[in-house]
Amino acid sequence: MKALATLGRGVEQGAAWLLGLLWLLPLVFAVWTAFHSPAYMAHFSLTAPLTLENFKNAWQAAPFARYFLNTTLLVIGILIAQFTLCTLAAFAFARLPFIGSQVLFALVLMQLMVAPDILLLENYRAIKMLGLMDTLPGIALPYLASAFGIFLLRQTFLTIPKDLEEAARMEGCGPLGVLWRVYVPIARPVYVAYGLVSVSWHWNNFLWPLIITNSVETRPLTVGLAVFASSDQGIDWSVITAATLMTSAPLLIGFLLFQRQFVQSFVRAGIR
Amino acid sequence: MNALRLSLYGWLMVLPAAALLGLFTHIPVVESFVHSFMSTDKPKRPSRFVGLDNYDTLIADPIFWKALTNNLLYALGSVPLSIAIAMLMALFVNDKLAGRGFLRAAYFTPTILPMIAVANIWIFFFTPDYGLLEQMLKPFGLGGYNILGSNNTALLAVTIVAIWKESGFFMIFYLAALQQISPELKEAAAIEGISRFTFFRRVIFPLLMPTTLFVMVNALINAFRVVDHIFVMTGGGPNNATSVLLFRIYEVGFKYFDFGFASAMTVVLLCVLGVVALGQFFALDRKVHYQ
Repeated sequence: MKALATLGRGVEQGAAWLLGLLWLLPLVFAVWTAFHSPAYMAHFSLTAPLTLENFKNAWQAAPFARYFLNTTLLVIGILIAQFTLCTLAAFAFARLPFIGSQVLFALVLMQLMVAPDILLLENYRAIKMLGLMDTLPGIALPYLASAFGIFLLRQTFLTIPKDLEEAARMEGCGPLGVLWRVYVPIARPVYVAYGLVSVSWHWNNFLWPLIITNSVETRPLTVGLAVFASSDQGIDWSVITAATLMTSAPLLIGFLLFQRQFVQSFVRAGIR
Repeated sequence: MNALRLSLYGWLMVLPAAALLGLFTHIPVVESFVHSFMSTDKPKRPSRFVGLDNYDTLIADPIFWKALTNNLLYALGSVPLSIAIAMLMALFVNDKLAGRGFLRAAYFTPTILPMIAVANIWIFFFTPDYGLLEQMLKPFGLGGYNILGSNNTALLAVTIVAIWKESGFFMIFYLAALQQISPELKEAAAIEGISRFTFFRRVIFPLLMPTTLFVMVNALINAFRVVDHIFVMTGGGPNNATSVLLFRIYEVGFKYFDFGFASAMTVVLLCVLGVVALGQFFALDRKVHYQ
């Protein structure tokens, strides 16, 4: 019986590692290709010389610096706006018993089902009407009021004891003061969690920016990468793979450095 | 007086978010329905009411049916498999195995990569001449097969990519749920001499049901929303073999500029999501028993 249990554990250990290696395989292959000259593309040898040439070529072949800037500005702008809008709305839903709040909250939750991406035709019309085509605000606008953020923060605010609020009120704080001095500081870990989810989501978003942008000045990295990879000017795979890794690098490095926080944040954001 | 003032405060604080949500979610939903009954706006012929014309075109359009079938197959392939793999991953990582941190990172990494990057990596993986898959199959006399370029395998290939990308994400939710399960249960099972498999089947699996429901709903929504890799890997081809609803909406709307027709397809997509929402609503009843 005991031997059987040991055997079971051994099998589990083996299976877990097999799955892990299988999962990493495409990525390892990409890293190999990016750091070797095209001659070694499908030719694995430990003595193959490493090179950064592919990264250099990719960086020079397309305006990646500008794409990086666009994505960074976009992601930061969205994050600030989401924090502000969602905090205000979440606080009102959690603590201010206003007329019609339940109906309104149900309407907010609808966005969890129907993401703005699904409605790209109508949102395209709206952005066009507002004169925001091919601008960063045009990419950001549909995502600023995030149902996910409102829901997450509301749930957090609801768990904060009202006694704390009373204390602040006694000292003469209005609703905004209470929110800023009591609720926001306590909810800090949730903001970190939501922030990480939001940043990785918008860093990776593709379809909507593809529709809204058509110039180098506004294109985010994902769209820039797709344009680069699909332009048939005889770019070889090593260079495309290098560009691919380059665009994912900030998130990838951030993840590897802060793995624990990253995973915990996603867990926190996921438990509702 | 005070209650009224609080109510006013509440409204003012919700207003910016509510306005934006209305502008980019609720009004567009209504407008999609309205525009699906209208003809496409053209310079010489402005948009007008055409009744069910767009829907008639839709029903007669084989590519629409192809995209709908593909999308259902894509969902049917990716949802159960990514859920099963996610559960397995979470069980592995939750047990105290050697190299646990490494395994968790390995499983989760695809999640944080952009889908566009993922697509580029996998295109290369599947490439006929020098792709890695080819390299692995060659010794067995297989290969020389264009996976992405063939009607039979292209959809399977993009489904595999979706599974690879999403399983690690869903693993997180299972991991969170597993950590909530009391260790006493496991001890009790050990005393009773219950095998690990039985313990999983009779105790762990039912306890994970609410998580499974949550993950399933998210996976289903994603199966209709996440189409980025299709743009890069196949462009919907070959012969629309990998075209799915949202991809087709993009094509019809922004390549052929037929907004009326694309609106009708958006309505279909909204109805599919509505069915998912209803399913979740009714499944909620059963979920309660486990909490």
